[in-house]
Amino acid sequence: MPQKTHHINILEHELVPKHEKLTPQEAVQLLKQLGIKPAQLPWITIDDPVVKALKAKPGDIIRIIRKSPTAGESIAYRYVVVDTLQPKKRGV
Amino acid sequence: MTKIKSIKQLTGLLEEHLKGKVSTKIYNDALEKLKEKYKEYGLSVEEVLDIVNEIINRYTSSQVDPGEPVGTVAAQSIGEPSTQMTLRTFHYAGVREFNVTLGLPRLIEIVDARKKPSTPIMWIYLDEEHKYDEEKAKEVARRIEMTTIENVAVEIDATPYEGAVIRLDPVMLADKGITVDDVINVLKKLKIGKNVYKDPEEEYTVRVELKQEKIDYTKIEKIKSKIASATIKGIKGIKKIIIQKQGDEYVLVAEGSNLSGVLKVPGVDYRRVYTNNIAEIEAMLGIEAARQAIIKEIKGVLDEQGLDVDIRHIMLLADIMTWTGRVRQVGRMGISGEKASVLARAAFEMTVPKLADAAASGETDPLVGVTENVIIGQPVPVGTGIVNIYMTYINKEEEPETPLEGEISISMGNEESGEKQDSEE
Repeated sequence: MPQKTHHINILEHELVPKHEKLTPQEAVQLLKQLGIKPAQLPWITIDDPVVKALKAKPGDIIRIIRKSPTAGESIAYRYVVVDTLQPKKRGV
Repeated sequence: MTKIKSIKQLTGLLEEHLKGKVSTKIYNDALEKLKEKYKEYGLSVEEVLDIVNEIINRYTSSQVDPGEPVGTVAAQSIGEPSTQMTLRTFHYAGVREFNVTLGLPRLIEIVDARKKPSTPIMWIYLDEEHKYDEEKAKEVARRIEMTTIENVAVEIDATPYEGAVIRLDPVMLADKGITVDDVINVLKKLKIGKNVYKDPEEEYTVRVELKQEKIDYTKIEKIKSKIASATIKGIKGIKKIIIQKQGDEYVLVAEGSNLSGVLKVPGVDYRRVYTNNIAEIEAMLGIEAARQAIIKEIKGVLDEQGLDVDIRHIMLLADIMTWTGRVRQVGRMGISGEKASVLARAAFEMTVPKLADAAASGETDPLVGVTENVIIGQPVPVGTGIVNIYMTYINKEEEPETPLEGEISISMGNEESGEKQDSEE
């Protein structure tokens, strides 16, 4: 039985908070403000579906605007990394 | 006392004095409430500023202090209530027909980051067109529910001489919206016999002539089970669907989980599809979605047991589990096993092997975390213990430029030790 598949955009899913790629200037400013190296931020892997959708590259910093039950809105950052330990285990 | 003349002025005042100093939720709440009170009683500028200062004071005093062992507090706050959970494994969470693992076994499943929950369940919401009509909801359910030949057959039999005989149930066929020809097509694809045909005498019987070399008693059972489990239609892994009414819309609750399959089904509102399989969410929707799902699942388990745990502890746990961009388990293979300190790793599980490995590779321990300092009996870098004092040495020979007490600078301990706290199960 043929089924037509409709276009899906995972960024619209209610579990996925808003992700934005930082510009290099914003990234430098952020790291200066926090006083840390990029690898000290939480990570997000390059094969993450959202990173793929944003077309981010390793080394980019992603701003995540989460809806939080306590703060209303909270901002988090993740650093795009290449995961060498578990390559390509995805695709359920 | 200067009266505020308009709501615009009130908003401006708040924007100037409160915005950016507190979280957006508090800001919005304060704005709403002040607007309400302004309409009721009228407010003066001084009153509003007093309120704003009070809000800022309360907000700053309720923030976590530097050096507060949030990880330890979170571990205790989740760990203690979970000892009070009933050990009864199975509950029927809202859906009478399904067994859903809840309580402690489910909590362990989540923090262990199992690839598959023992009772996978999906909540499938429908799009505008299908969600208000039960018939249309059923139509989508038929598209999703995995139907095998076993589900629509009364009897499946195979003998070396007669071949395979499948007697179908007309009621089930109609319910699932399948015709006898659909079954025949599926059987043809299995390639077990050279000829698949409808029995000329009985309408709902399909016969398969088996290949000569397959006529062997040892293989008959295998062929039978192959026929029984052949999928006619639906999404792999979704065993059973129940249509539930939530408010004014119909929602499909499915036993079994296959997020990537269900998202693509027409009629499904893919924005709201939810599964309790966190590994599938991670693979399909990314690490941030997995974090949200972990929080939602743990909160769900605790709420169901009537345990009131502050969501901040759960959020911290989820943050640490997703720190590396993958869902890691709390335990030997995950968070506790990947700590920087040798002693902290050895303190958790498998003490001797961990120490032996570290010795073999010549690791050093800078003693910056909590566990390792407890082991050797030093003050723990937590709370007041996190502060170090550095003094600049002043040479007496030279004229001191700065006052004699010297410069005292205070630095915080290594931040990483704070993040990598133990989170007990």
